[in-house]
Amino acid sequence: MGQIELKGVTKRFGDVEVIPPLDLHIGEGEFVVFVGPSGCGKSTLLRLIAGLEDVSGGHIEIDGQDATDLPPAKRSLAMVFQSYALYPHMSVRKNIAFPLKMAKADQATIDAKIENAARILNLTDYLHRRPGQLSGGQRQRVAIGRAIVREPAAFLFDEPLSNLDAALRVNMRLEISELHQKLKTTMVYVTHDQVEAMTMADKIVVLHAGVIEQVGSPLELYRSPRNKFVAGFIGSPKMNFVEGPEAAKHNAHTIGIRPEHINVSATEGAWKGTVGVSEHLGSDTFLHVDTEFGLINVRGDGEIDLHSGDSVWLSPDLSQLHKFDAAGLAI
Amino acid sequence: MSTQASRAAARLMISPSVILLFLWMAVPLGMTLWFSFQRYNLLMPGQTGFVGFQNYEYFLTDPAFFTALWNTLFLVGGVLLITIIGGMLLALLLDQAIFGQGIVRVLVIAPFFVMPTVSALVWKNFFFNPVNGIFAYIAHFFGFPAYDFLAQAPLLSITLIVAWQWLPFATLILLTALQSLDSEQLEAAEMDGASIWSRFIYIMVPHLSRAATVVILIQTIFLLSTFAEILVTTNGGPGIASTTLTYLVYVQSLLQFDVGGGAAGGIVAVILANIVAIFLMRMIGKNLET
Repeated sequence: MGQIELKGVTKRFGDVEVIPPLDLHIGEGEFVVFVGPSGCGKSTLLRLIAGLEDVSGGHIEIDGQDATDLPPAKRSLAMVFQSYALYPHMSVRKNIAFPLKMAKADQATIDAKIENAARILNLTDYLHRRPGQLSGGQRQRVAIGRAIVREPAAFLFDEPLSNLDAALRVNMRLEISELHQKLKTTMVYVTHDQVEAMTMADKIVVLHAGVIEQVGSPLELYRSPRNKFVAGFIGSPKMNFVEGPEAAKHNAHTIGIRPEHINVSATEGAWKGTVGVSEHLGSDTFLHVDTEFGLINVRGDGEIDLHSGDSVWLSPDLSQLHKFDAAGLAI
Repeated sequence: MSTQASRAAARLMISPSVILLFLWMAVPLGMTLWFSFQRYNLLMPGQTGFVGFQNYEYFLTDPAFFTALWNTLFLVGGVLLITIIGGMLLALLLDQAIFGQGIVRVLVIAPFFVMPTVSALVWKNFFFNPVNGIFAYIAHFFGFPAYDFLAQAPLLSITLIVAWQWLPFATLILLTALQSLDSEQLEAAEMDGASIWSRFIYIMVPHLSRAATVVILIQTIFLLSTFAEILVTTNGGPGIASTTLTYLVYVQSLLQFDVGGGAAGGIVAVILANIVAIFLMRMIGKNLET
């Protein structure tokens, strides 16, 4: 249970084609993350799968059955919204029970499923509270609980962590990953944060302007991005791009090198530059170095003793060099 | 507002308006109280003096009193029922994206801007009139005898007129409440398998209940003092069939020239309004808590 197949799915709002024909296979039990900058159509794609938007063309199959024209409730998918979309006038228990009540389940089943979901999500002590009396993370868990009790074929998450503070986000990221390992249900997760994508996904789908740029495992995307967009989007800090004669030396229009693949030396190296800003994080040091090719970001170890204004030499690790042609495709 | 001087200055600055508002309320109330304990009949000049609770006794034992009380409750309750239910339905309709939305909304609000005497006269002469009214015309068209609304069902007719006036207010408040409903909640409910009806009952109605309480409170305050519509349509009749407490006070003091009795009636009305207000505030307090 939980295979989703998109065949030539298209979405137009009036004359604007938000998503040109798109094919995608989401396998059973996979944790798939749609990632891309805002406005790339990733949320729209999720809403198309959920059935909250009608497709303008193409087919959506869920578990081998055509679900293109099925209403959202009949697709056996559960969604967790960005705003959590909890029902504010109902207690946590009633919130979680709502889908079961709508499905006319009997009271014993409802109670059993709520107890189970509450136990999995550590909500047992909060069942009588209203959503307004809960913290952000707890609300998030209630929203997930409401999805769990339906025992859906797949979970859909629409930027579920973007309303949480940084520390909580890291926690919830872990919790969702653990939940996936426990339930082994297909999950489709939308985010604009590549760190969430890298840490959680089995498979990342990078979207840009409604087009799938690349599909692959996190490390595949990191090691061999198919084009400049994916190369720049995956990885933090961003990959450095250098054009012109320096790139021509490597028979490419543009070369890309990740900040972590550059060696820093005070005395010798390939490229000379001046440190603009140095950010000492303890574990790492991020250097922003002004060179003749423009600003280059470098990630060095935490012990580097370089400060603004110092001269440095940078040597890219040539085995980690990414080459791109004039169209931005990887060579 | 931290220093003592600035706090004192603030009190000084707002005191004129506070004092004015207080006098505005206290003087008429005090005078009404004073008159209610006086024998003060304009037909019997010179025979004034303190009479204790006699005015109250006359007013409360007046055979018209309980009819008027019931009529008042019927009018307020009826109008509230029509405006809340009708307003909710209209708000749902107006929330849909339609062509000419702006104009339609202005048209819906329009009755609220018509003054009560005018709208009551329009209803009386153009709609309810058994000879020239449009309802009579429609009845004749289908071969039925005309129905004289203001003679046969005076209280219901007045309730309809007042409800027509207040429907836009309820619609407007409920519409804005409806627009503030998070669309993701409705979508979540849709994903959860709720039908359109269930979504209305479980998501929209609870969301609207707070706005509805506000509508009920504000309308009740104004509806208890409904007067113009009664005066220009039925004059409280036939008999006392459409006499409310407010109208009874008017009859007492300005038709029977019994200022003392009218004042006593006014105080009784104030007390009853306060009883209603206590119940409403409790209800609202409960509804606004969450």
